[in-house]
Amino acid sequence: MSAVPASIPTAALPSADEGVAPRPVPPVQTRSAAGAHAPRLLSVRSWGAVLLALVVVAIGVPLLNLAVPAGSAFHASDYAVQLVAKIMCYAICALAMDLIWGYTGILSLGHGVFFALGGYSMGMYLMRQIGRDGQYRMDMPDFMVFLNWKTFPWHWAVSDSFIAQMALVVLAPGLLAFVFGYFAFRSRIKGVYFSIITQAMTYAAMLLFFRNETGFGGNNGFTDFKRILGIPIATPSMRMTLFVITGCTLIGFFVLARWLVSSKFGRVLQAIRDAESRVMFTGYDPIRYKLAIWVISAVMCGVAGALYVPQIGIINPGEMSPAASIEIAIWAAVGGRGTLIGPIIGAFFVNGAKSWFTQAFPEFWLYFLGALFIAVTIFLPRGIIGLLRRNKKESAS
Amino acid sequence: MRWFFLLMAALVLAAPARALTPAQARALATGEVESRIAALNAVLPTADDAAVALIQAMADDAVKFTDSVVIVMKDGKGFDPVSGAAVAVPEAAEDVINNNEMRSELDAALASIKLFSPDAKVRAEAIKTLAGEPSESKLPLIEKAYAAEAVPAIKDAIGHVRAAMLLGSADKAKRLDAAKSLGDSGTPATKTLLLERMKAETDPEVRAAIGVALGAIEGRLAWGERLGVIFTGISLGSILLLVALGLAITYGLMGVINMAHGELMMIGAYATYVIQNLFRAYWPGGFDYYVLLAVPASFGAAALVGAVLERSVIRWLYGRPLETLLATWGISLVLQQAVRSIFGAQNVPVENPAWLSGGVAAMSNLTLPYNRLAIIAFAVLVLAGVSALIARTRLGLFVRGVTQNRKMAACMGVNTARIDTYAFALGSGIAGLAGCALSQVGNVGPDLGQGYIVDSFMVVVLGGVGQLAGTVYAALGLGVLNKLLEGWQGAVLAKIMVLVFIVIFIQKRPQGIFAMKGRSAEA
Repeated sequence: MSAVPASIPTAALPSADEGVAPRPVPPVQTRSAAGAHAPRLLSVRSWGAVLLALVVVAIGVPLLNLAVPAGSAFHASDYAVQLVAKIMCYAICALAMDLIWGYTGILSLGHGVFFALGGYSMGMYLMRQIGRDGQYRMDMPDFMVFLNWKTFPWHWAVSDSFIAQMALVVLAPGLLAFVFGYFAFRSRIKGVYFSIITQAMTYAAMLLFFRNETGFGGNNGFTDFKRILGIPIATPSMRMTLFVITGCTLIGFFVLARWLVSSKFGRVLQAIRDAESRVMFTGYDPIRYKLAIWVISAVMCGVAGALYVPQIGIINPGEMSPAASIEIAIWAAVGGRGTLIGPIIGAFFVNGAKSWFTQAFPEFWLYFLGALFIAVTIFLPRGIIGLLRRNKKESAS
Repeated sequence: MRWFFLLMAALVLAAPARALTPAQARALATGEVESRIAALNAVLPTADDAAVALIQAMADDAVKFTDSVVIVMKDGKGFDPVSGAAVAVPEAAEDVINNNEMRSELDAALASIKLFSPDAKVRAEAIKTLAGEPSESKLPLIEKAYAAEAVPAIKDAIGHVRAAMLLGSADKAKRLDAAKSLGDSGTPATKTLLLERMKAETDPEVRAAIGVALGAIEGRLAWGERLGVIFTGISLGSILLLVALGLAITYGLMGVINMAHGELMMIGAYATYVIQNLFRAYWPGGFDYYVLLAVPASFGAAALVGAVLERSVIRWLYGRPLETLLATWGISLVLQQAVRSIFGAQNVPVENPAWLSGGVAAMSNLTLPYNRLAIIAFAVLVLAGVSALIARTRLGLFVRGVTQNRKMAACMGVNTARIDTYAFALGSGIAGLAGCALSQVGNVGPDLGQGYIVDSFMVVVLGGVGQLAGTVYAALGLGVLNKLLEGWQGAVLAKIMVLVFIVIFIQKRPQGIFAMKGRSAEA
């Protein structure tokens, strides 16, 4: 692996800050990173893997889906492509969650709200793109016609501009995260208190978006999209384009996250996770660091939401339910937090299991998910990645 | 047309002792709705048993007619409405169809007949039904009933309905009288009635009288409304208190954020359901007292599950609150799904015992339901019990000791692991009690706990950890605040405002209303 150990001592995972009974914090093992040479972003092998992933996503899957005939064993079905696209969006969320939880030690139970805000920003644009093809053949989106609205509410002012809405995809979650994070971190809310408050935030947002008066389509949300940038959205080539964009975004975010956590900034974040008061007493201002990573994480989730909506074709307030947000945390935990590849693996594992279970044994899915929550926290504090590493170590010794 | 029917009505009124005739029966059952209503009003003042039976049958959709006869159906056989003799039902007989207008007229007619029932309770019910839709056509009947009524309370009620009917009269003097006498009433129905009349009224004098009456009623109603808001607030607060008490113990003692707390409440509610069913099956006579057994049963069931959870899962996660949070969330998913597998995904019915249904009418627009009053009392009892347990017993002493300084308590010989189990079981049991209480006012279903979990965490966050007083103030404060805002802005915005308020409050006092004093740099 790289020169920077992505792993961290298990005992240091839970910050002593949160515990009722503070425990001595084991020394933070960062010496290898503080060595003479500047840390490389990725090892040669990892760069190779990243490149391979890029090729598979950008060339392999499109070829298998579009060029290989449907009967062939190598054909990637539309269903599979859509499923993978959806999970890649989730993987971005898990990666974002890992940055804030795995590397900074702040568990957010409200990341669903950022995902949904990004999704809604995209959805507003897509709703405008429907034009007069809705049920009512009117310029306004159907739900507004239904509510008998004559003009667009203020927050729909720029909704017919793609560029403006894409800016909103970043700005809406970013701004909410900034304001919320500023006040929360400033008054030093941390640990479970912060988690609970974020859960309340997403819960409140869900209630707000359920209202028709809010102007986001009430509990039906947005759906029935027709086109994006004037191009019909349901064609195979459009679907493939979105798939490739999603895949490249995921890989890009992975490299970005890698750069973040191996920079000095990232090292301070990990120090905050392990002993926030020490960081503070050493002269750093933890609030700035926490706020910065919090906003970055929120924006990543927003982008994931914006990629999710045109591919899945629906966004509704259910994405903001506390349960949806907590699931993001479990993806990161299952894969292994404190590593960057872990959350991506976790998202694929849990969501793959979900789509299999809900088809094969729908009534057992919640048992499985519940058991997964319990098993991972008790037996696998470092997730699947931790399990793989341990096996590797054992076979080596 | 109208005049003709009025004339008919007058004729019928003039000959009071006449029994139901076949012609009247026909007019009641067939023809246009308007003429049937006229016939109904004509029959009413002299209605005999046969007429009442016919009207009742029509209200029950049990009347058929052909070109020549009207037939009342009973148990699949036909009877003549006038003579009561059994008759054959012809093939061609059609059902009498009642539209909504006809239906409400029939109901009103039945109610006005009941006004003359010898039973005072039936009369009181009847006048309530009639108060809903006053129309001048029933005025003669009401006048008669008013004159005959001996019970003062019912006479008053009839007087109000009479005034309401007179309010629509063409005679100005009558309208003025009516407005004045309605001003003495304090019911919301009267208020809407006056408001409606205000819109239609053109005479300034009458308008002024109605305005005065409205002012008087509103003054009286306002108090009822204010007290009502405070009562529902306290009621919600007492439920939140029950929910949060358990959380305060588990979180206060062990720092465990128990996301499955709501599901432990659900278990308590389902335990109540099971006890109810057992009583119904094996001792129906004692059904009214099932709640008395359901209380310990729900405590026991939830405490048992809590103890098992503590021993099997939570024990391994002490000192790692974030992980506990995720693990208990997983537990909550499993428990929910388990209940779905056992009892089905649908809500199950839990019936109030007789002594908990109904309520005491404190004011005309303020009824305090017995079950809500009982929950407030129950919450007070549980609070007293828990504080006594914590303050006065040996277990309580140990719990306090472990909470304050776990290591020191262990050094003094306290078996902290066992205390953890007991305390967690206690907190869970109190959640079960909350579930038992909730089953008496709301739906019992697999997602019962989900609705309260965010609110109850807010109570704990707001109240601060380690002291029951904080929990009490936070629960009642949040309950009343929620209901006050609800009356002002509606339920959803109220909830959002409360959440925003809490986030702002935490800014000022990050450790809640009552924080434990300490020297930690993290405080």
